[in-house]
Amino acid sequence: MKIAVLSGKGGTGKTLVSVNLASVADTCSYMDCDVEEPNGNFFFKPKEVKEKKVSVCIPVFDNTKCTGCRKCVDFCKFNALAYIKDRVFIFEEVCHSCGGCVLLCPEDAVSEKKKVIGTLEAGVSEQVHVHTGTMKTGEVSGVPIIKEMLENPLTPKDAMTFIDCPPGSACIVMESIKDVDFCVLVAEPTVFGVHNLSMVYELVKLFKKPHGVILNKCMDAENPAEAYCLEHRIPILGRIPFDKELGALNSDAKIVSRESEKYHSLFSSLLQNIMKEVAQ
Amino acid sequence: MKIAIPVNENDVKTTVCPSFGRTPYFLIYNTETRESSFLNNSAAASQGGAGILAAQTLVDQQVESVLTPRCGKNAADVLQAAQVKLYRTMNDSIEDNLTAFQAKALSPLAEIHPGFHNHGGK
Ligand code: SF4
Ligand code: SF4
Repeated sequence: MKIAVLSGKGGTGKTLVSVNLASVADTCSYMDCDVEEPNGNFFFKPKEVKEKKVSVCIPVFDNTKCTGCRKCVDFCKFNALAYIKDRVFIFEEVCHSCGGCVLLCPEDAVSEKKKVIGTLEAGVSEQVHVHTGTMKTGEVSGVPIIKEMLENPLTPKDAMTFIDCPPGSACIVMESIKDVDFCVLVAEPTVFGVHNLSMVYELVKLFKKPHGVILNKCMDAENPAEAYCLEHRIPILGRIPFDKELGALNSDAKIVSRESEKYHSLFSSLLQNIMKEVAQ
Repeated sequence: MKIAIPVNENDVKTTVCPSFGRTPYFLIYNTETRESSFLNNSAAASQGGAGILAAQTLVDQQVESVLTPRCGKNAADVLQAAQVKLYRTMNDSIEDNLTAFQAKALSPLAEIHPGFHNHGGK
């Protein structure tokens, strides 16, 4: 069972929700796919961490074979190639490693080399296998890192997996939710929060993923995000109150459900509600 | 010699466009014939690497100098590899800049890091 946690922007509580859901589950995996700014491991502080580099293939051009037909330059839709003064130039940080230019060169002048774009770390925190992907700054896409991470969970295939998605709704988020069974959308109780919620809601509808919303930072006042859910008939999985204790623990990088019985039962019941929705 | 300037409109009264890679048009001015023409910048619509493609287009047009308010590193790398010279525009008037260029009064565009990073080939 794979559960993705999404939000339209950072700081909504996506990591709080995914870290705590994993903490109240049985043996499970937590995958931090927010490769530009992973911070789940600050909470879990995993032990026995193993590290691995992730690399992609970058084309290399052989001038002695190249005839300057420019097929590769015209093909590259990312404009990573230029043909200047009888040779092909490549801008590695623009290349998306699609492999197209390697395949179509009629002169066999293009080969590939490996380039490291980031790292994967896997460790253990109590019953949670913590996976963290980190992209090197300046790289264009974290998708290969996420792919590799999701392919190799440390837990058995049937164990629960919680995916802490990158914020927003770009292709890297799509990669993160492709194979999940359920999407949890985290929303803040503001008009701006509704805007962010609608972004990810459109995305999960597009992917036809079962989904539900967790309303974070709830106060007594009116909640525009809640109104949005009712209007669009999105199941509300539960509410996390706006509360000082939670805020303090969270900003200390503590896992609230491990620190306090109250939050343990809150997140347990959220998880149960998710399971009920999945079963439907 | 052909000169290129990123411009906002396909019109003689146009002004300098602040963006190089995503400019809608390039004004191409031929200093020998004193003719101007406009080049549609197809790179403007591309997802990424617009500067590289725009620079390639100018190189293919045998442009030898580019007058622009700014230029990204990748585009500058392409232009420099093709030995195209880069000058900084003084204001957004096409005429002022062309006059200043021909009087050798424009300064080179300075704030681009020189050097290439590991391009293909050898
Ligand atoms: S496709 Fe091959 S031969 Fe043609 S320009 Fe590219 S590298 Fe050279
Ligand atoms: S591998 Fe794909 S993205 Fe990279 S240079 Fe070749 S065609 Fe462009």
